[in-house]
Amino acid sequence: TSAAMAGACGRGLLAPLGGRLRAGPRAPLRSVAAAAPLYDVVVSGGGMVGSAMAAALGYDIHFRGKKIALLEAGPRKEYDHMPRSYSNRVSSISPGSATLLSSFGAWDHVCSLRLKPFRRMQVWDACSEAMIVFEKDDLDDMGYIVENDVIMSALTKQLDAVADRVEVFYGSRAVGYTWPLPSPSCDTSPWVQIELADGRKLQTKLLVGADGHNSVVRKEAEIKNIEHRYDQSAVVATLHLSEATDNNVAWQRFLPTGPIALFLLSDTASSLVWSTSHEHASELLAMDEESFVDSVNSAFWSNINHSDFIDTAGAMFRSAISLLKPSGTAVRQLPPSVAKVDPESRAMFPLGMGHATEYVQHRVALIGDAAHRVHPLAGQGVNLGFGDIACLAHHLSAAAFNGSDLGSLKHLLKFETERQRHNVSLIAATDVLKRLYSTRLAPLVLLRTWGLQATNALPPVKVRILLYREG
Amino acid sequence: LFRLTVKRVFSTSHSSVDSEEMKKFQRLAHKWWDEEGEYSALHSMNDIRVPFIRDTLLSMTSDCHLGSPLSGVKILDVGCGGGLLSEPLGRLGASVTGIDPLEDNIRTADQHKSFDPVLAKRIQYKSSSLEEIVEESMETFDVIVASEVVEHVADLEMFIKCCSQVLKPEGSLFITTINKTQLSYVLGIVVAEKIMGIVPDGTHEWEKFVPPEELERLLESNGFSVKAVNGMLYNPLSGSWSWMESTSVNYAVHAVKLGPQGQSSPTEALSEMESGQPSATAGPGM
Repeated sequence: TSAAMAGACGRGLLAPLGGRLRAGPRAPLRSVAAAAPLYDVVVSGGGMVGSAMAAALGYDIHFRGKKIALLEAGPRKEYDHMPRSYSNRVSSISPGSATLLSSFGAWDHVCSLRLKPFRRMQVWDACSEAMIVFEKDDLDDMGYIVENDVIMSALTKQLDAVADRVEVFYGSRAVGYTWPLPSPSCDTSPWVQIELADGRKLQTKLLVGADGHNSVVRKEAEIKNIEHRYDQSAVVATLHLSEATDNNVAWQRFLPTGPIALFLLSDTASSLVWSTSHEHASELLAMDEESFVDSVNSAFWSNINHSDFIDTAGAMFRSAISLLKPSGTAVRQLPPSVAKVDPESRAMFPLGMGHATEYVQHRVALIGDAAHRVHPLAGQGVNLGFGDIACLAHHLSAAAFNGSDLGSLKHLLKFETERQRHNVSLIAATDVLKRLYSTRLAPLVLLRTWGLQATNALPPVKVRILLYREG
Repeated sequence: LFRLTVKRVFSTSHSSVDSEEMKKFQRLAHKWWDEEGEYSALHSMNDIRVPFIRDTLLSMTSDCHLGSPLSGVKILDVGCGGGLLSEPLGRLGASVTGIDPLEDNIRTADQHKSFDPVLAKRIQYKSSSLEEIVEESMETFDVIVASEVVEHVADLEMFIKCCSQVLKPEGSLFITTINKTQLSYVLGIVVAEKIMGIVPDGTHEWEKFVPPEELERLLESNGFSVKAVNGMLYNPLSGSWSWMESTSVNYAVHAVKLGPQGQSSPTEALSEMESGQPSATAGPGM
């Protein structure tokens, strides 16, 4: 009938929610579900991103009186005092992320522990003289190098302070999730059921998956993930410089095998992230400390990959730019040289890229690496996760103030659209850069050489890349 | 369409309830909570009507309950249907009584709130008409919401009088409804029901739509002071509502029941007492 057709047509225009409501046959009967405690939000995964998400909600004014839970498989770590030596797992925190962390009082704690700001970032090619320098016009801090343990310590402290609102379950791995039926029914619970390894059960109106790039939440929700393993591993280590420096510069050089980056932790200590082939990474880990230090210095200083052709072409381009735009070439600073490596600080982990096709479903949202995994060359990984938190917390706060059902797709889709729009371009660009810089082929080297030089000479482009990274 | 409505004596049941109207909603009693179904437009209307109610009430008080902005407020949701508006108000901390003449609607509403222990305590549903609860609920409620209801009642003046009786003095009445204009016929009936199926066919009858001028007149002559009238617009492509200047299709009204001295707020009462003069907003029907 025309009414039915009109109905179908009308709903078609109205329904962006179409395929997101899972037909799960496993929703439990009411009586079984009734016993399990009901939370407003459960965050699965107690790493930096999961803990920050729980804290952001715990401190939100519209979430007073709501019940939040954070599930962490590992044990509770005490961070009473920082060891003298630096940890080899550090992150580059953007100013935007610092703002998020200070919104619930965690940044003050980070500052009182230890961190090192950097104002300038020099990125250059191993195959040519091309270089680009990133810095803000007002010489403000571009970012901060912070050990992951320091961030976790700050987050744990802030979570302890709101223990009445956020319940943290340590040593609690979720082993099963049961999804509600797409449409309400009398017998089955409308909430997400979570079963922990020790048999305990929880129910929640919204499940936030912050459980890393092998996310169980994502897999159980049957959300497709586009993933690709790079044939690279990252080697991390804590290094000590030959001489103290008061520089606040971060260094990254693109070698054909992968980028090598140095971030200062203090006047004399720095953190290394060297992405290279699996074999080379294993060699770097196996060799003695002296050889390792030599390899690092050589990677930053050697010009073995230059060819006369490229050097000449690059020099020509540079002089052309300096004619048109006198200030368009930057002074090249020399990277520091390394004296020794902290024993036991060398480690490696494989690299890959991933992107979930959907960030949300009915009563589920993915944040951080569970939603997207990126190559460390852009130094963005955890900042994307913090950006996800700022966005999701904003939408959930508004939904709570409107009395809405927190698991409703309406506001979850707004979060997804905003973040996908932001993340996809950055992840794609990082992937392209990674591939572009993985070659010695002259045409591509020339392309990226000129590209890098041109980008360095054109202020609007350089500034835009800067602002984008901050998100 | 010429329609006979039976006018009964004040104190007996069902005098503002139209039995034909009830039949229309009976068919869809179990469809309330399908967010993409027949009631999707009502679900998305929460995005503007809940903030409207919440912010109006917050502006009238200096109390501040973070996380529970409507804590301590007793609200009557008349024609609550499946509880689409009662639940968000309950989540914001209010104690809500939802009434609807259709038992199946109440059953759906009860069933839906039962899974959330907080809502189950804060919201009470009752299958009843407004007249039936008047005697036991004189001046009981701080707020009455009658959203998308007055275009379905048989006797609007009777309805407003009953609202006044169960509302505390200086209490608020919120109404959302549809204007009776050519535009509302085209958009509200032809497009919404017949063409796009935004609203189930036959839900509304243009004859029963209420122009804001008439609603204001009835309110002001029955002890209310109309504080705000705002136009609302539905965008079928985005499925969302927004406020607009013109009230030619949908609109919302906020009215306040005048107190014993004809004042509509505590500060007015104070100034009257001091000056010995009645407030200018006192209605003629007091």
